[in-house]
Amino acid sequence: MDSNRFIARHVSTLPKSGIRDFFEIVAKMRDVISLGIGEPDFVTPWRIREAAIFALEKGKTHYTSNLGLIELRRAICRYVGEHYGLSYDPENQVLVTVGVSEAIDIALRALVNPGDKVLFHQPCYVSYHPSVTLTHGVGVPVPTMAADHFALTAAALAAAWQPGCKLLLLNLPCNPTGGTCSEEQLGQIAQFCVEKDLLVITDEIYSELTFEGQHVSIARLPGMTERTIFLHGFSKAFAMTGWRIGYACGPAPLIDAMMKVHQYSMMCASILSQEAAIEALLHGEDDVKRMREQYHRRRDFVVRRFNEIGLSCHLPRGSFYAFPSVAATGLGEREFAFNLLEKERVAVVPGSAFGENGRGFVRASFATGYDQLVEACRRIERFVAARGSGR
Amino acid sequence: MNPVLKLLLEGGSLTTVQMAQVLNLTEAEVNQQLEQLKQQRIFLGWRPVLNLSKEDAGAVRAVIEVRITPERGGGFNRFAERISRFDEVESCYLMSGGYDLLVFVTGASLQRVAAFVSEKLSTIAGVLSTSTHFLLRSYKEQGYLMDAPAEENDRLTVTP
Repeated sequence: MDSNRFIARHVSTLPKSGIRDFFEIVAKMRDVISLGIGEPDFVTPWRIREAAIFALEKGKTHYTSNLGLIELRRAICRYVGEHYGLSYDPENQVLVTVGVSEAIDIALRALVNPGDKVLFHQPCYVSYHPSVTLTHGVGVPVPTMAADHFALTAAALAAAWQPGCKLLLLNLPCNPTGGTCSEEQLGQIAQFCVEKDLLVITDEIYSELTFEGQHVSIARLPGMTERTIFLHGFSKAFAMTGWRIGYACGPAPLIDAMMKVHQYSMMCASILSQEAAIEALLHGEDDVKRMREQYHRRRDFVVRRFNEIGLSCHLPRGSFYAFPSVAATGLGEREFAFNLLEKERVAVVPGSAFGENGRGFVRASFATGYDQLVEACRRIERFVAARGSGR
Repeated sequence: MNPVLKLLLEGGSLTTVQMAQVLNLTEAEVNQQLEQLKQQRIFLGWRPVLNLSKEDAGAVRAVIEVRITPERGGGFNRFAERISRFDEVESCYLMSGGYDLLVFVTGASLQRVAAFVSEKLSTIAGVLSTSTHFLLRSYKEQGYLMDAPAEENDRLTVTP
């Protein structure tokens, strides 16, 4: 029997993540230095892990409120107040989710009617476009360019806009490019959103990992708090990817709508992760600072080396990704990644895994120890040099 | 903090060549800075951190609380420096609280450590009393856990 006929059309036509097939190949190889990992190399700081153990010892094994533990929601409100200048009511404007991934999913499911159009900048995180498609919405990519340091510009946004656009998805600093927007650029985007009556969903998961200048949230700009859903989580800054814990803040009616989807699908986030998250917010600041400083130095090293090697690379202002162009090698991004893996055993992710606009680039994560980074760059240099002399 | 120093602390076991690459300096510059840090007595030297319980010739270690009479003019410093010069002494700290100096001592055997305390340490004029505690087991040594398995190598090789 052909089981395929049971699969919903919009799922069967959904492409698999471009990262998946690449992962399958890398997983079978030995001695690979991977710059393909989208998570911190640090283990969650012990004080946070210990808080979860303590919670377990105390018998914290039950459901929590659908919205999440009130202590956590209060801590979130304090944290986003201090760090982003945003003011939310812990009673009805915060929802604790299973990572930002769930928050994106339920936000879209709560807001998108079939056929609604959702703008998002591209290259971008792999789930944005499929998440829109899964809600029967229509994804409208807005290209970001190396020349702009992969910042989203209001001009590009205006050029991509079309009637029926309802939402704008932002991810600044951005995975995979490390690009972000200046306050001025954000102001222009905000103005455009007000003009076109767009609601913004902003995923600021990398915001603590901003290396130059202060990170600014679009939610803080005039007129934007009431038309923005602010998403954040613990995975990157606190090195807590496996805990799957994040949150959404926004206008009460929107959070309430998201909560409806959340309560019927997820019920609540894991109580242990919530307890750990409280500890992270209350006492994790020094750990975040320590890790950020290390990423900062690694970024400076890796980006400088890529440019020396001849892979033109903009300086990412945030995140732990470098996004160099491989055009100079005469190879496409997939060819480059596969050949580099085969010849030198270094894994980078082809930029096209992050959308059409990632063509010609690869993503290299510098969330890896210095010794590995130094060796990986040496191998990439040898690979690029061999290409040059072979042509 | 000096970037070379910072990298020494967080870079694990990078060679000076690798350090030079990371910091965008020449190897000579890294060596020069290390030398300078040594001259300033900021960077005192290299030492491996060992799990001595796995080493057959494991040494005996003790912590000794020492009470002394401070001297006019020299305070505790002259005593502390004098005690610190013994090879048996690994570390020596001036403390607040019920005693004055905390001295970490290593010896080949229990007898050797006992002999050091009774013959050298307690006979120094000005030492009022000593209280010796032998270390039974080490769980963490200078930031390294002794027996915990490595934690960080279970990341997937490629993730979004």
